[in-house]
Amino acid sequence: MPHLESLVLCREAQVSTLQTLFGERNHFSFPSIFIYGHTASGKTYVTQTLLRTLELPHVFVNCVECFTLRLLLEQILNKLSRLSSSEEGCSTEINCETFNDFVRLFKEVTQDENLKNQTVYIVLDKAEYLRDMEANLLPGFLRLQELTDRNVTVLFLSEIIWEKFRPNTGCFEPFVLYFPDYSIGNLQKILCHDHPPEYSADFYAAYINILLGVFYTVCRDLKELRHLAVLNFPKYCEPVVKGEASERDTRKLWKNIEPHLKKAMQTVYLREVSSSQWEKLQKDDTDPGQLKGLSAYTHVELPYYSKFILIAAYLASYNPARTDKRFFLKHHGKIKKTNFLKKHEKTSNHLLGPKPFPLDRLLAILYSIVDSRVAPTANIFSQFPLLISSHTTHSLSRFRAILAWSLLLRPSVSRRPLHAEEPVPPHVRTCVSTRVREAPRIHQAKATCRQSRVRRQGRRPLDAPAQLQGVVAAERAHLPASLAPLCRQETAKPSGFLLSVIRVWASL
Amino acid sequence: MSNRKSKNNLLHGESLLQIQRILRERFCHQIPHSNLFGVQVQYRHLLELLKRTAIHGESNSVLIVGPRGSGKTMLINHALKELMEIEEVSENVLQVYLNGLLQINDKIALKEITRQLHLENVVGDKVFGSFAENFSFLLEALKKGDRTSSCPVIFILDEFDLFAHHKNQTLLYNLFDIAQSAQTPIAVIGLTCRLDILELLEKRVKSRFSHRQIHLMNSFGFPQYVKIFKEQLSLPPEFPDKLFAEKWNQTVQGLSEDKSVREVLLKHFNVSKNLRSLHMLLMLALNRVTASHPLMTAADLMEAAQLCSMDSKANVVHGLSVLEICLIIAMKHLNDIYEEEPFNFQMVYNEFQKFVQRKAHSVYNFEKPVVLKAFEHLQQLELIKPVERTSVNSQREYQLMKLLLDNTQIMNALQKYPNCPTDVRQWATSSLSWL
Repeated sequence: MPHLESLVLCREAQVSTLQTLFGERNHFSFPSIFIYGHTASGKTYVTQTLLRTLELPHVFVNCVECFTLRLLLEQILNKLSRLSSSEEGCSTEINCETFNDFVRLFKEVTQDENLKNQTVYIVLDKAEYLRDMEANLLPGFLRLQELTDRNVTVLFLSEIIWEKFRPNTGCFEPFVLYFPDYSIGNLQKILCHDHPPEYSADFYAAYINILLGVFYTVCRDLKELRHLAVLNFPKYCEPVVKGEASERDTRKLWKNIEPHLKKAMQTVYLREVSSSQWEKLQKDDTDPGQLKGLSAYTHVELPYYSKFILIAAYLASYNPARTDKRFFLKHHGKIKKTNFLKKHEKTSNHLLGPKPFPLDRLLAILYSIVDSRVAPTANIFSQFPLLISSHTTHSLSRFRAILAWSLLLRPSVSRRPLHAEEPVPPHVRTCVSTRVREAPRIHQAKATCRQSRVRRQGRRPLDAPAQLQGVVAAERAHLPASLAPLCRQETAKPSGFLLSVIRVWASL
Repeated sequence: MSNRKSKNNLLHGESLLQIQRILRERFCHQIPHSNLFGVQVQYRHLLELLKRTAIHGESNSVLIVGPRGSGKTMLINHALKELMEIEEVSENVLQVYLNGLLQINDKIALKEITRQLHLENVVGDKVFGSFAENFSFLLEALKKGDRTSSCPVIFILDEFDLFAHHKNQTLLYNLFDIAQSAQTPIAVIGLTCRLDILELLEKRVKSRFSHRQIHLMNSFGFPQYVKIFKEQLSLPPEFPDKLFAEKWNQTVQGLSEDKSVREVLLKHFNVSKNLRSLHMLLMLALNRVTASHPLMTAADLMEAAQLCSMDSKANVVHGLSVLEICLIIAMKHLNDIYEEEPFNFQMVYNEFQKFVQRKAHSVYNFEKPVVLKAFEHLQQLELIKPVERTSVNSQREYQLMKLLLDNTQIMNALQKYPNCPTDVRQWATSSLSWL
């Protein structure tokens, strides 16, 4: 039907399949139909439009909304009773607690004159949540035609394939229909469909082309693309509005919009900024580099000891406990030249993620890396809560036990190069860089800071005291001579430049 | 000429509607058809049992066991229909239908039995202690006098294995107990798809059960399958438009002898013997019959078979974006190198970066959060799955996952992937970096 085709674009095959499946009003149809496809591929829209246009009696229920058995069943029954008795106005709400009652009440409701000889359709959207509800719900709905002995068809719409739904002992297999994803041509057609009337269709089509060129490799979700198209169109039209370029000046328009779209991918696409912030930014016409997303607010300047605590925590998470004696003791005794890294540690620790550690180990490392004598007073301990994620809202009295369990302190360190607006004190930089860089790669000799005595004995080139001195000295006066070559070497390799970027979640 | 054609079409239209109605009832609504294929022996056995309960007052219990779609419900319905045609039975015998999917515990089951036996007025204000007392009161209420003239009751328990999961299996115990002892004559017929049903029963329930089992094992061969196919599609002789029915039946005969159709049927038969899948195939082929295409052809059946046997995971991979495909290829390489050990996002990102850092591929140099969003989309589609349940305390990037696609599926999907960039495709075939 032509009206339907204009409403539903690029889905002719699926619409015709569904229409033939539904058949005549009073004919039986397949007891259950399972429709799957990617998100935003039109499953909900096509089904709803088709059922409404053909005016078939149907009930549409979303399983995310009705997350318990009772909510789901009652909503179906209430909507059905409203369908059947449309003249009487609002009838009483039906109570239904079990599937058994549902079948019984369903039989009663469909005996009504309006619904008697037609196929009733029950559409369950987001059907993957049915798997998490009671176990008899999914097999029951698949067989609803048989259990109620009425002309009813249940449609399941889902993103997940049917094989993941099947119960263990089997069930009544539904008819599985696939809604294919839109090709790039189809996407263009649909996106061009909602062009604002002030501009020509060609102008908008050129804009959509540019947008798809930037975003198509990353995202094919129609909803996201539509959102991005609507948000960025005013910026695209800006040169035309201001009179700087005509509608056909594609090159100029492209130069204007392209950095904007790239910035959008890092912010609006990731929901780091809200759409209203984005629109405000466009109106203010500031440089897109100035925009600060959500993650920008997680970089804070910490007090002195907190920085050291964080470094100690980082070292404790990424160095295995066996190596502590070697790194952090002044006199660590005779250590054999064994194969330093165990076999399972050969995979870089940075790929496996930080490991938990007990609190006393953290404190021990802390005392060893801070030069001056650190008294274990409340000044130190009070800085811990600041660094702990807000996932755990435990009281301070249980503090130690929690840290001993210690799944908390996991600073994530990114390897981004230094940004201009985030100055990190050089002593922090060197301390982290020397410590962690050396730990896994013990056997590599370092050109600087090695002592020949150490070398002859086959020990690790960087001896602990020398390192500590280096760190402390760096703190007092920026980059003393002995450490300068080391630091220079580190900074020479931008990809290996370690930096502690601390993410602090919302405070307790 | 066109007038006649349109009149033909009109007549056809009417007959086609009729055909659609009849065939849809047959395929979708599972009306018991007259022929029982290969289950004649079991049918007679069952009927004999039911007659003994209904007419002679002998209590019996039997289990009908067979895989899904082998015709258990159809068999019992057929038997009951024939039983009810006997005069002396129809006014005496009561039937109770219970289904394991609906009655999920014994309380609901008891209420349902009460309702189906129309005993609500009797039970009304009586409150009893135990299930057994309640139940025996119900059955007592059916007594019309002495034992020989009380109403036999036939209990049909569908999805019998689900009843075995109830607490203490009370309902089953009481039913079998009454069947064993000399009380009201009842027949308990259980239908289940599990072959190991007897292991699910408790010892005391099993000992009261008569261990009588009827197996429906779909024991027909391919020639019989073709015969069934022909019979299912043929129209019954009572069809009003005799001429069209004759033509239709001839077409069906031709189809059953056609080579390509036989191939399709053989493929279908090799996958699954049961009649439900055959019905789905026929229903799909029936959908293509319209007024302009009034007779079914072999092409219809082949198209229907193709629709039935689609690989759904390949379809899902077809709709992914290029970045997500790159991530899947990175995971494939990780699986090859580390032999199916679970990976996390950080490892996948590393592998992806190795690909990106080759000179020509900087177009894929996306930011890490964008790649993480693509990774999470894959998780949402259930193409990758966490190895253990998500714990709130571990970071998302380091959570171990595994990929639910294997190498052949990935390579097949890549072949069909539209506009796949050549460098991505080359990367998929080998992960060596010097290429």
